[in-house]
Amino acid sequence: MKKLSYYPVNRKYGKYGGRFVPEVLIAAVRELEETYQRMKEDPNFKKELAHYLSDYAGRPTPLYYAENLTKKLGGPKIYLKREDLAHGGAHKINNTLGQALLAKRMGKKRIIAETGAGQHGVATAMACAALGLKAEIYMGSEDMKRQKLNVFRMKLLNAEVHSVNAGSKTLKDAINEALRDWVTNLRTTYYLIGSVVGPHPYPMIVRDFQSVIGIELKDQILKKEGALPEALVACVGGGSNAIGTFYPFLDNSLVKMYGVEAAGQGLASQKHAASLSAGSEGVFHGMLSHVLQNNEGQIQNTHSISAGLDYPGVGPEHSFLKTVQRVEYVTATDEEAVNAFQVLSEEEGIIPALESSHALAFAMKHAHKTNNKGSIVVTLSGRGDKDVEVVANCLEVKK
Amino acid sequence: MRLIGKTFQKLKNHRDGTLVAYVTGGDPAPKYTPIIAQALIEGGADILEIGIPFSDPIADGPTIQAASVRALRAGTTPRKVLEIVREIKNQHNIPVGILTYYNPIFRMKLDRFFSLAYKCGVDGVIVPDLPIEEADEYRRVAESFGIDTIFLAAPSTSKERLRRIVECTTGFLYLVSHFGVTGEREKVEEETIQMIKRVIPFTTGRIPLAVGFGISKPDHARVVVENGAEGVIVGSAFVNIISENQGKMSKMLDEIKESARRIKEATIQNLGIHSKI
Repeated sequence: MKKLSYYPVNRKYGKYGGRFVPEVLIAAVRELEETYQRMKEDPNFKKELAHYLSDYAGRPTPLYYAENLTKKLGGPKIYLKREDLAHGGAHKINNTLGQALLAKRMGKKRIIAETGAGQHGVATAMACAALGLKAEIYMGSEDMKRQKLNVFRMKLLNAEVHSVNAGSKTLKDAINEALRDWVTNLRTTYYLIGSVVGPHPYPMIVRDFQSVIGIELKDQILKKEGALPEALVACVGGGSNAIGTFYPFLDNSLVKMYGVEAAGQGLASQKHAASLSAGSEGVFHGMLSHVLQNNEGQIQNTHSISAGLDYPGVGPEHSFLKTVQRVEYVTATDEEAVNAFQVLSEEEGIIPALESSHALAFAMKHAHKTNNKGSIVVTLSGRGDKDVEVVANCLEVKK
Repeated sequence: MRLIGKTFQKLKNHRDGTLVAYVTGGDPAPKYTPIIAQALIEGGADILEIGIPFSDPIADGPTIQAASVRALRAGTTPRKVLEIVREIKNQHNIPVGILTYYNPIFRMKLDRFFSLAYKCGVDGVIVPDLPIEEADEYRRVAESFGIDTIFLAAPSTSKERLRRIVECTTGFLYLVSHFGVTGEREKVEEETIQMIKRVIPFTTGRIPLAVGFGISKPDHARVVVENGAEGVIVGSAFVNIISENQGKMSKMLDEIKESARRIKEATIQNLGIHSKI
């Protein structure tokens, strides 16, 4: 068997991934693949990306020892990889800068993107503004209601926001509409996917751009602790911050990894978004991976308090890492996430995104069960300012 | 040669184009599709394509998206659509194909899907999100049941790839007329005509060529057939009639029949009169 970091092989991670798209898009994904293979080795491209990551996005992001939280839990040391401190308030900028630079090299001036919580939309709008590209963002109308602040941010950043009223009016429908736009305008338009999903080569490209998270954190933890962490924890919707965290450690077999999916109101309730934990294999949005679907293969509506995890599919590399048992996929409910959201705010003065709060919620449970040795790194994929209203409403209802 | 190929051949011998008529199965409800199919056949459709409605139809414009929603709300499943085909095949001697996104087939598993399709008399299958590189197993299973696998070519398809697609496709080659999703259009673009001319050298003597996406009026069909395509695939035009006549069944059927008749008429005796073949 090949090293896990070697994949994809022939567009696939084991049997997952692939390129299940209409014929008209094949030329576009192949052009992207060829451009990316060239740019990956191109010193000027690498230099330009490094420049934007450091001087524009503010990288490297810190690795913070959460001492108060550690003491409260009484388990292993908890570190936070502070992607919430990256420009825009989330890890999304790592990918949008990389892909926007690719688009520029390909001569495409119009960028389209989908967004769920709005973080990828904002990060796309930022990268496009910085690089002089035109951004148009597709967003489900339900998500626009939940994430008004980010809609306004995107507009401020000169992006056009298209409201999507089809289906469940959330992330999956925004992707459908972006794909339809791309099919129509692919000669002038670059589709900037926000997660490790979609047809090959997107899951690979987004993973590579997000791997800066894991590469930095490996270096930082070795400096601070002199050893690799006992475990890595990250939330999984499509799965980009998780893959970015895990990928540089895949071949370090002693480092445990946990991907935390959204259990919503509980896996038994059917109101969740846990594709790996409760879904089955399917072909959706150009890839073979785990999806939430009914017996006839119709994609199901999902629920999560966090718009960024509210997606019925997952990146194919996660399906692969689950199957080979390299990563353990677990879940946290809406309630556990809201609790973790409050705990981190109170203990450390850091308001985490509701997405990241799922990772924290699991880390908190896990820390209780683990012995004192070693450290756990939780990727704090984004900051929670955008979620304050949702959490306030949720706590209000409980009172 | 199987039924779809024979149908194209027979019409071609009369210099007629083939009308492939699409409707979404179960729109507005499963029991109506066989009646709608009959109207299409009476109007002059030569081959029927019945769609399996899917929750996320990424290659379709608003017309067929709405049809999918109506059909799913009416409880349409892949199995029910196959049953509908069985009913149509029992009444009419006409080739019937299935058009579906890949996931409903994947979910049912290839063997079960094709064995059921075979029992229901399905002649061919079109899967818009299954390109040739992902289709080895699918082609093998379909061939073992003698069912045609109709692949698509697009304006962006390279020559080298076109050659491979022509090798893989059976029944006919489905040429997507323009960049975009399904739906009615005002006219046939010059680009579409150029594309037909570009593709003909690859298909001549091997496989019939049919053009779809945006072909909705008799004039469109005439232009496409005159330029040498052996057939047209018309979908959204019929689906729109269904959409606009909800609850008015006899008017719906009359309009569908008349629309099919006018499009069919435009293909008669016109095959290739503007091309050298």
